[in-house]
Amino acid sequence: MWRFAGRRALAAVLVLFAISVMVFLIFFATPGADPAARIAGRNASQETLAQVRASFGFDKPMYMQYGLMMRHLFIDRDLTSFVNRGSQVIPQITQAIPVTLSLVIGAAVIWMVLGIIMGVAATAGRGTAVDPIIMVFGVIGVSLPVYWLGEVVNLITQSRLHDSWFAWVPPLGYAPLSDGVGTWALHLVLPWMTLAVLYAGIYARVLRSEMVGAMNEDYVRMARAKGIGEGRVLIRHALRTSLIVIVSLFGLDFGALIGGAALLTEVVFGLQGVGKLTYDSLQNFDLPVILGCVLYAAFFVVVANFIVDLAYAWLDPRVRHV
Amino acid sequence: MNTSKTDISSTPATQYAGPWRTAWRDVRRNKVAVGSLVVLFIIIAACLAAPWYADHVMHLDAFSSNINGTYLVNGVPKPVLETSTSGLGLGVNPIGPTWDPANFFLGADNQGRDVMSRLLYGGRNSLMIGFVSAVICCVLAGLVGVVAGYFGGGLDAVLSRGLDVLWAFPVYLLAICLSVVLINATLDIGPITLTSGSIILPILIIGVIYVPYVARPIRGQTMSLREREFVQASVGAGATDARLLRREILPNVLPTLIVFLPLMTAINMLTESALSFLSIGVQPPDASWGTVINDGVGLLYTRPMVAIAPGVMLAITAVALNLFGDGIRDALDPKARLRGAV
Amino acid sequence: MSEPLLEVRNLRVSFRTRTGTVTAVDGISFTVDPGEVVGLVGESGSGKSVSMLTVLRLIDNPNCVIEGEVLFKGNDLLTMSDADLRSIRGREIAMIFQDPMTALTPVYTAGWHISEQIRAHEKVSKKAANDRAIQLLTSVGIPNAESRVNSYPHEFSGGMRQRVVIAMALSCNPSLLIADEPTTALDVTIQAQILELLRDLQSEFGASIVLITHDMGVVSQMANRVMVMYGGRLVEAGSRLDVMREPAHPYTWGLMGSIPPTDGTRAVRLAAIPGAPISPSDSDRDRCLFAPRCTFATDSCRPQPGLIEHRPGHSDACIIPFSERAQRRTEALAPMRART
Repeated sequence: MWRFAGRRALAAVLVLFAISVMVFLIFFATPGADPAARIAGRNASQETLAQVRASFGFDKPMYMQYGLMMRHLFIDRDLTSFVNRGSQVIPQITQAIPVTLSLVIGAAVIWMVLGIIMGVAATAGRGTAVDPIIMVFGVIGVSLPVYWLGEVVNLITQSRLHDSWFAWVPPLGYAPLSDGVGTWALHLVLPWMTLAVLYAGIYARVLRSEMVGAMNEDYVRMARAKGIGEGRVLIRHALRTSLIVIVSLFGLDFGALIGGAALLTEVVFGLQGVGKLTYDSLQNFDLPVILGCVLYAAFFVVVANFIVDLAYAWLDPRVRHV
Repeated sequence: MNTSKTDISSTPATQYAGPWRTAWRDVRRNKVAVGSLVVLFIIIAACLAAPWYADHVMHLDAFSSNINGTYLVNGVPKPVLETSTSGLGLGVNPIGPTWDPANFFLGADNQGRDVMSRLLYGGRNSLMIGFVSAVICCVLAGLVGVVAGYFGGGLDAVLSRGLDVLWAFPVYLLAICLSVVLINATLDIGPITLTSGSIILPILIIGVIYVPYVARPIRGQTMSLREREFVQASVGAGATDARLLRREILPNVLPTLIVFLPLMTAINMLTESALSFLSIGVQPPDASWGTVINDGVGLLYTRPMVAIAPGVMLAITAVALNLFGDGIRDALDPKARLRGAV
Repeated sequence: MSEPLLEVRNLRVSFRTRTGTVTAVDGISFTVDPGEVVGLVGESGSGKSVSMLTVLRLIDNPNCVIEGEVLFKGNDLLTMSDADLRSIRGREIAMIFQDPMTALTPVYTAGWHISEQIRAHEKVSKKAANDRAIQLLTSVGIPNAESRVNSYPHEFSGGMRQRVVIAMALSCNPSLLIADEPTTALDVTIQAQILELLRDLQSEFGASIVLITHDMGVVSQMANRVMVMYGGRLVEAGSRLDVMREPAHPYTWGLMGSIPPTDGTRAVRLAAIPGAPISPSDSDRDRCLFAPRCTFATDSCRPQPGLIEHRPGHSDACIIPFSERAQRRTEALAPMRART
């Protein structure tokens, strides 16, 4: 198990390195644009340009440039935005993290509970109307554009029905946990549900197909032959083996969302999370911030991948010795 | 062998029609899949009719601004952008839906353009981008997956690590990075020059970012096919790599790719619309469902139909594609394990 | 004679499919007495597995139609409530399946599987259940049971895994054990070990066993009584000695011909039954189903002759007069062998 974890950790570090190189190349080695001009912003003076060129070493060979960039980002931690002069990238990201974490963790709880209930209920209801009805909801969840759903939710709760049913909905934006758990949750409950719809749909569909597969396995027939109740067969045997797939999926999705894939939900609900930060820096063409955010994102995805591999080994005894 | 000729035909052998025709028959029997296909055809036909609708029903160009335009109410022309009645009464609001097909059916946007025409034109782009990028994605993924899975060794290691790196990006962020860098640049790729804002760009970006989703299962499938008896038998009979790939591997991988196609089309359409919503997908004056939603966000509380209509179209199309894809999967490849069932 | 443990009366199992109804089991009746080992023999698709799965209502295909009665200790299992049936499954009637590779849930240890079954039927502590699991694993011949009880299925070899399955089946002292091809998926040497284990356990625990197999050799080692199935019907039933020494039905002759002779000359090839097995979807069921493959088939094989007891405890379903059977059998086997 330890050797397994060690090998996986090494692979994760390698992937991170490769990603940082790739991001660097996307931004600094694509043809047709001067990277110094990009970092300095749109209307920078010649002096600023020269200054940027010197400080990032754009006159030096590519690998030196890469090294300098990484040094500014990770070692000196003083990479500064050139749109908001003087504001550093790292603190901006660390400020955005709690917002994104609040959004994603809450949504994850909702979608896991909902997805598993839907998947199990659909499997248990095979051959009745329950299964297709749940699955149609799943397909609709998968097919709704998240940002559009968010806008429609806003339309209803902030405007159309705000004076009647949804008077309790606070204005868009984030309230930190220090304002009290109730306020925090109240601000986040609609974003949570919006984000959870898509993933609940995906998880319900995957879980159902995995469980239906498991229900046809010999071990389920064996479990029934042992005289175990149908509920226990469903949960302890079919669900337990299907969870392996769900957990690995969850790790990847969770990592991606923490890493900024919740961008659309954050933009629509005005939450200043990592995704929104990326989006804003994108609008301003603030390359240092974009670079920082993307690398931060990649870091979380890779870490999530690593945890998934370990969870896999924990859930599925068969892979432990690989 | 000892089996004599006596009468094996006592049970009349059912005519086997071949895997493709059998699968097609299964799809045709599947009411949900057929229904989805009909819905898709209706949407595609309507979107293809966009120029006809704009020219002959609406009589208004869908792409140029129409700020001073008028429409008829009981024979009397009224401005398309009416003075706002709320707030200070300073701004203008486009008219809402008239539910008259020849007369701003779904209302106008803030440039006075007909929303219905733009919805149909936008559908053309959304469908086209979704489908073409799905084809690109499946072809690339098929290539990478089969090559990596078949040849193995160092080639597989390089390709797989490449997929890992691509996979480690949240897809939206990768698409955004590529779009930000490329969308306003003019690119020279050999004989093709992509001008800034070209629609080809989102197609290529979206096609590429989902390659790992499809390539990984294809690679796994190829690896297990390679160990199967019938492939080993061919190897034993001295078949070349080219023949093995063409005759044994490809026919068995193809159904998986075809199963992916409608599902990837749905995902890609949603991705395109998200990128366009963030103004880094389809560039104005071109329209797609995403750009129309983006136009509508500014009008959300006054004229919500501008944003709602394209979202509904997008959702209906995606549902139909997903259900059709499920039907194809059930018919073609009952054991397919699709990542994320997306 | 005491009351039979299991009595199957006119059991019929069919499946509705797109192309029509498929009959898997076509009205079979038989009994299993306490403590006896019954071999149920037939080739693939003869309905032997389906009929025994039906006994425990383990077919969950919604298109499956079951008719008839399955009386266990006098109670009909087919009409019993789910809760009552559950208390019989695993405790009174246990099953062993063909492939030990897939019969155990891969994420749980051997001990977990056995404890689960014990605790489903008896109120015992986890500790006590685990101790019993260790005992059971020892009694089925698994070395180091104290540590192996914590091993996962994939850590056992095929034969050892089948032993785990057998230990699990015996954990509640069932009065009937249904073994569905318990040795088919195993190596030949392991097969012999498992059969020996089953035989030992049978004499130790005293359970009745229904042994489903396509292998006459397995039956000859294990069974007191043999039933032969073809096309969903019983074609011959009798004591092992009767059926092995004087097989009555032409189909059984074919089956017997496919065992390598252990005495006499080895000059001949093994005989095979000509033709392909009848398809369960065959609609023409109003005749002897073996007739298309039978050398002696005549018009009078229609309608299907019923099982006729031609001497005490030995019955078969064939119109050939019993006195002519021995001679016909020689006739039947001669050309088969000559042809090779």
